[in-house]
Amino acid sequence: MGSTLFDKIWDSHVVCTLDDGSCLVYLDRVFLHERTGSIALTSLREAGRKVRNPKHVFATMDHILDTLPGRGDATLVPGGETFIKTMRKASMDAGITLFDIDDTRHGISHLISAEQAITLPGLIVGCPDSHTCTLGALGAVGWGIGTSDCEHAIATETLRANKPKQLRVRFDGPLGPGVTAKDMILHLISRYTASGAEGHAMEYCGSTIDSLGMGARFTLCNMAVEFSAFTGLIAPDEKTLGYLEGRAYAPAGESWQNCKREWETLRSDDDAVFDREIRVDCADIAPTMTWGTSPQHAIPVNGRVPTLDSVDDAESRADIERAMDYMGLTPGQALIGLPIDGAFIGSCTNGRLSDLRAAARILDGRKVAPGIRAICTPGSQQVKKAAEAEGLDKIFLSAGFEWREPGCSLCFNAGGEGFGPEERVVSSTNRNFRGRQGRKTRSHLASPALVAAAAIAGRISDLGEVD
Amino acid sequence: MEAIRVHEGICAPLLVDNVDTDQIIPSREMKRVSKQGLGEGLFAGSRYLYDGMRKVGLSQDFVLNGPEYQGASILLSGKNFGCGSSREHAVWALRDFGIKAVIAESFGRIFRINCARNGLLAVELPADQIEALVRQTSPDPQTRRVLIDLPKGQIRAPDGESWDFVIDESDRRMLMLGLDYIDYSLQYAADIDRFTKKDAAKRPWAYLNRD
Ligand code: SF4
Repeated sequence: MGSTLFDKIWDSHVVCTLDDGSCLVYLDRVFLHERTGSIALTSLREAGRKVRNPKHVFATMDHILDTLPGRGDATLVPGGETFIKTMRKASMDAGITLFDIDDTRHGISHLISAEQAITLPGLIVGCPDSHTCTLGALGAVGWGIGTSDCEHAIATETLRANKPKQLRVRFDGPLGPGVTAKDMILHLISRYTASGAEGHAMEYCGSTIDSLGMGARFTLCNMAVEFSAFTGLIAPDEKTLGYLEGRAYAPAGESWQNCKREWETLRSDDDAVFDREIRVDCADIAPTMTWGTSPQHAIPVNGRVPTLDSVDDAESRADIERAMDYMGLTPGQALIGLPIDGAFIGSCTNGRLSDLRAAARILDGRKVAPGIRAICTPGSQQVKKAAEAEGLDKIFLSAGFEWREPGCSLCFNAGGEGFGPEERVVSSTNRNFRGRQGRKTRSHLASPALVAAAAIAGRISDLGEVD
Repeated sequence: MEAIRVHEGICAPLLVDNVDTDQIIPSREMKRVSKQGLGEGLFAGSRYLYDGMRKVGLSQDFVLNGPEYQGASILLSGKNFGCGSSREHAVWALRDFGIKAVIAESFGRIFRINCARNGLLAVELPADQIEALVRQTSPDPQTRRVLIDLPKGQIRAPDGESWDFVIDESDRRMLMLGLDYIDYSLQYAADIDRFTKKDAAKRPWAYLNRD
């Protein structure tokens, strides 16, 4: 029996098996951020321990810092400045590489870990943020961890775990007009529920995946965790290598040639067996938007929110009723035409150059509807710089968007910035949980293009209306 | 970390179900960049009296503030203790306050994992035994103490009755040796060294040695 891509990576990283049956799994890289990394480094020092291999540990500031132009260490998050300053000092003391606020390589960890080629095919990388699975797009295993796991990771270079089961999701066929990776993943989650991949590592494959650019692959892998997958990954191909070649931490010269050969074996064998398989025909996918408070509450943007008689069991019905109540919707209501208060483009899901381009195509020569608060936060300084070189900032600004500095920003409201109560927001982020973007804020997740279209119209719209 | 083998302590009853991590420590109390000192925020929502957002004193209605429960190290509770978000601050706050063990009918799954990792003993007992503990300790909690025997896996009530409890073997070992989650893995440090040495020879490109 052959091995899967995940088997190959996982099995080659097992250090030993412990008496309770779990494994110590070697971690090639750990990426920290100021919210959790500061606590992990402080606790490590308080316990008299050391970072085992500082050369493999990197850090950024993304969760707490502000994204307002001209920002510094001061932040809207109460007490936030302490986290930023502690992170800076602790990184220096521990000898790890920090991409600080003023660094031209700064940004959201998952973006810069790829941009700097800190994550490479075949590596296992850990980070105390659940969307570390983003990096699976490079053919790596991205592992989102909690604070004590994070401390464990930097102290031991390992994590303790049981090997997850495996799921393969195959996407085939061309994507329809306006359909993006965001629509693919929302469609998948809506069909198989938000816990659909619980306990499984998930490999994406199929002709659609082959044809996707790297930006789209990152989006797809990013939301694997919203499907409750342990991680999501895609076998590396020419595009992956093309993306990585020449980047800061990528191997060079002869070493690069060797890697290329080695990485060719990083794919599931033809006779590999998965615990589960799912097939999706991309012809079934429309531009999609969430209506409720879970990523599984997703429907085609020109569809209607469910009616209660379409749901059989009482618990889901109650759940849907609660979600509708929170979102200020009634059963069977159309999404199109709902007036909005805010629009957000950014985050590790859709804060890359390809995302900003897609939004700018719609914003070009148009204006955001009056009274709408529209914000764009490029995911990293490199994205921001590249976008500005193409003049995208001008398009966003003259349309009436705020053009911000990189960071997690309104992806989640850490007590700093948020949208207002009962405000309806269309957002390119990954979570529409209650209160995620502000107390009582009503978030609709969608692709950057749909966010831009809604911002222009002042209400949720179809792409056809603005194109 | 302090090892727990046999612990005799004062019990405080918090007999409600679904005490979630947000009640154990509200997010506004998680402002420290450390695990230490979080005891102050333990049960902050019910332990203190407030004027607006400002704490103005201790609430006499809250069990841990009662004079008879001063120095309590064992908390008794109902079903699903520690449910809610995965924040480890909840365990850190309990420990920092001086709680060594929580005895409840059941626990939130992640909370339970976090307990063993951070040296807090989580014991599941059926409702009638927990009620018996409350009944037997309440006449004088300071002297009528409960004994937890980890090697034997037993709880002894003040009247002398004993009940068995079940605990995961690696959790028991960690607690008894006073090893936290990291110490436990560091027992295998030599294996990790051997692994990285071999692996670096096999995958030199994956090892960054720049200065
Ligand atoms: S943008 Fe959102 S999901 Fe991504 S790392 Fe930041 S907080 Fe996490």
